[in-house]
Amino acid sequence: MAELSTARPRTNAGPGRLLIAVYLLFAIAASSRAALQIATRFDEAPLAYLLSALAAIVYVVAAVGLARAGHAGRRIALACCALELVGVVGVGAVSLARPDLFPDETVWSGFGSGYGYIPLVLPVLGLAWLRHTRRRAAGAPS
Amino acid sequence: MTTAATTTGSPADGALAVAAIVLSLLVAAWALVAALRHRPPDRMQLIGLGVLELLLLGLVLVTAVALADGERPGEPGSFFGYLVTLVCLPPLAAVLARMEPTRWGSAIVCAVCLVTPVVVVRLQQTWQVLGG
Repeated sequence: MAELSTARPRTNAGPGRLLIAVYLLFAIAASSRAALQIATRFDEAPLAYLLSALAAIVYVVAAVGLARAGHAGRRIALACCALELVGVVGVGAVSLARPDLFPDETVWSGFGSGYGYIPLVLPVLGLAWLRHTRRRAAGAPS
Repeated sequence: MTTAATTTGSPADGALAVAAIVLSLLVAAWALVAALRHRPPDRMQLIGLGVLELLLLGLVLVTAVALADGERPGEPGSFFGYLVTLVCLPPLAAVLARMEPTRWGSAIVCAVCLVTPVVVVRLQQTWQVLGG
């Protein structure tokens, strides 16, 4: 039983820490952008700005989930990365198909093109990292 | 009273900003080499981050002087947001690098030092009033 607790999947060390750092940067970027947009010109593009706020929250929660490690943290990070991937692909597709719905940029529009496509790559890296650490921590019955 | 052809005069455009961008990229390159060689963040990276922070604080000072002179950024909200973020970046990199004394610590320094020049450029863009 003691082995079980030491075999905890560590998502917050090594490459994981780099991932957390990038998530932190995006959390700062997205939340300050959303706060500014909502505070100064919410009426212009409510949908885009609410999505910015959602993206910001997801980045913050994902960073916390990865940093907390442990099983609850993993589950939170998994949910956030999945939601991010759906968000960036969904919003990216919609923003190209119906630009009129997004009169202003969000972190996720154009598949994250305004941010060097990092918003598209980040959830994939996150999911890969979660998978990798789970495999390494295997041995504990699921 | 500079009525030159270019209506810039942004305090974020000077040699200080250029120096910060160049130094940031140098530290990023240095940290990348360290990460590729499986080296933890070394003294050079931390000194680089320290000097970078001094340059950025200098940028804040120059901006404060310009504000006192009555100049105003084109998009004040974004400008001050970027300015606050900017001075937090090198300390963030240093703290995370100290927490992760492996090659990944160097990778973090590299990542943050690649983001810093982007924020400096955004800072310059949000000072200038966009025509129309």
